[in-house]
Amino acid sequence: MNITRFTSKGFLIPGLISLVILIALVTLPFYGSLYNVIMVTSILMYIILTVSWVLFSGPTGYMSLATAAFFGIGIYASAIFLPNTGAILPLLVVVVIGGLVSSLVALGVGALTLRLRGIYFAIFTFGLVVLILELGNWWEHTVTHTRGRFVMLVDNDVIFYIMLAIFVLLMLTTYLIRRSKFGLAMRSIGENEEAAAHIGVNVTMVKVITFAISAFFMGAAGVIWATKLTYVDPYVAFNPLFSFMPVLMAIFGGMGQIYGPVIGAVIFAYLQEKLQTEFPYYYMLIFGFVLVAAILYLPDGLIGLIQKLWRLIRRWRKGGAAKQDANT
Amino acid sequence: MQILEGEKVTKYFGGLAAVSNVDFYVGQGEVVGLIGPNGAGKTTLFNLISASLVPKPGVIKFKGKNITGKKPHKICRMGIARTFQTVKIFTNMPVLQNVLAGSFFGTSPGMSSADAAREASESLEFVGLSDMAALPARDLTLANQKRLEVARAMATRPELLLLDELMAGLNATEITEGMELVKKIRDKGITIVMIEHVMKAIMNVCDRIIVLHHGEKIAEGTPQEIATSKKVIEVYLGE
Repeated sequence: MNITRFTSKGFLIPGLISLVILIALVTLPFYGSLYNVIMVTSILMYIILTVSWVLFSGPTGYMSLATAAFFGIGIYASAIFLPNTGAILPLLVVVVIGGLVSSLVALGVGALTLRLRGIYFAIFTFGLVVLILELGNWWEHTVTHTRGRFVMLVDNDVIFYIMLAIFVLLMLTTYLIRRSKFGLAMRSIGENEEAAAHIGVNVTMVKVITFAISAFFMGAAGVIWATKLTYVDPYVAFNPLFSFMPVLMAIFGGMGQIYGPVIGAVIFAYLQEKLQTEFPYYYMLIFGFVLVAAILYLPDGLIGLIQKLWRLIRRWRKGGAAKQDANT
Repeated sequence: MQILEGEKVTKYFGGLAAVSNVDFYVGQGEVVGLIGPNGAGKTTLFNLISASLVPKPGVIKFKGKNITGKKPHKICRMGIARTFQTVKIFTNMPVLQNVLAGSFFGTSPGMSSADAAREASESLEFVGLSDMAALPARDLTLANQKRLEVARAMATRPELLLLDELMAGLNATEITEGMELVKKIRDKGITIVMIEHVMKAIMNVCDRIIVLHHGEKIAEGTPQEIATSKKVIEVYLGE
């Protein structure tokens, strides 16, 4: 039996679907309205945060709430290197810098805190968000004497394409990691960390490196997101909502499959966009109801529901065919 | 040659000496039994050898090399594998993948995917779980879960295997099969240290037995010597 390699049959159909979606996305600015391009950009942003959160927290079972910190570091990198007075460095270079700085912070924080488990790790990572937020505030007040910063304007299509590029890169990385030895190591850590260590998995290294990889994508997305915000201050950049949204989106979509978090993020982000414009006063309330319903009735997320339906349909079709056979 | 040696191995939990001043050795190819009443420090000693815990003070040597303070994954790659008192398999993974993780990460130098897969199948074959390779590990019976742990440990190609209560919770037939398995492992040339409460198993397969009580080594010898030792009988049955 070969479990480390995919069969061509199992690979073809998802590959084709991915290709069609990719082509539709790449050509979107040519046929879609500006509104659509902007909306898809923000959906892509949520997908990136969710998938990169799942990349680390999914298999290892360590619930990180540091997403807003890494995302915010990217946003601030953008504010520093791409001020409205003129870019200090090229946009793409800043995207990479934002990602790398987030990774470095993740390496440091990870090495210090990944020995914490369960709720302690979650609380600590959330504390990181608040800590960096307050540090940013202090810095703006006492050192630079500003409240916030303006980020230079970037063409919407450019923002869209960079976001898309980060997304594609992230999906490829996730796919490769899941398929690799590294993915097996992460899953074994999530299953039983002690046993993993005793069969030779370097648990600390695997956790810290994955944490840093996931932070890279969060930071990179932050850089490009900032050019869409145009005004940035610590409260905007390190908004704790960005720590919780990816978790909710991942739970909503279901974390077992690679496409679960993606679908969760797409529907969630779209819903948020629509509700916010249609029911500005009630949107949080409706949102809350949807969430509670999802957690109560969809323990495996939307993907779990779809898989259940799919099994039902197949059984029903099989049953129908058998009946027909009996009749003839 | 001594494959494993411990000098004055001690471990305190707060003010309690879980293991205190224990000197021990394990010879190449031996099967050594580790017995003692509950709370005697047997599992703590295993944790010290496999580097879950670090002795303080004390020194542990493997093949003459000081391994005190090394990380568990390093210890595993050097050739010490273990199983756990409460089974610690990867319940949501297929049986084969459990073992594959062992052959992938536990061997030194590492293996290619093909070699690791072959090693994993061989380990499963060795413990007799080949038919269940594709099942999720949580669906196995306790006896088979214990076998799976042995297979996973064997896949790391150990020279020394620590078995923590392999027979606990098994029925008579399963215990006999477990004893056969231990003998099979020994015949492969792997040195074994086993913690066990099932006396039949200990007496049958061990070359030598070490008895712990309140963290101290109180006796050591062949199964016959231990069975007739006054001190051991006192500890187990009271005076």
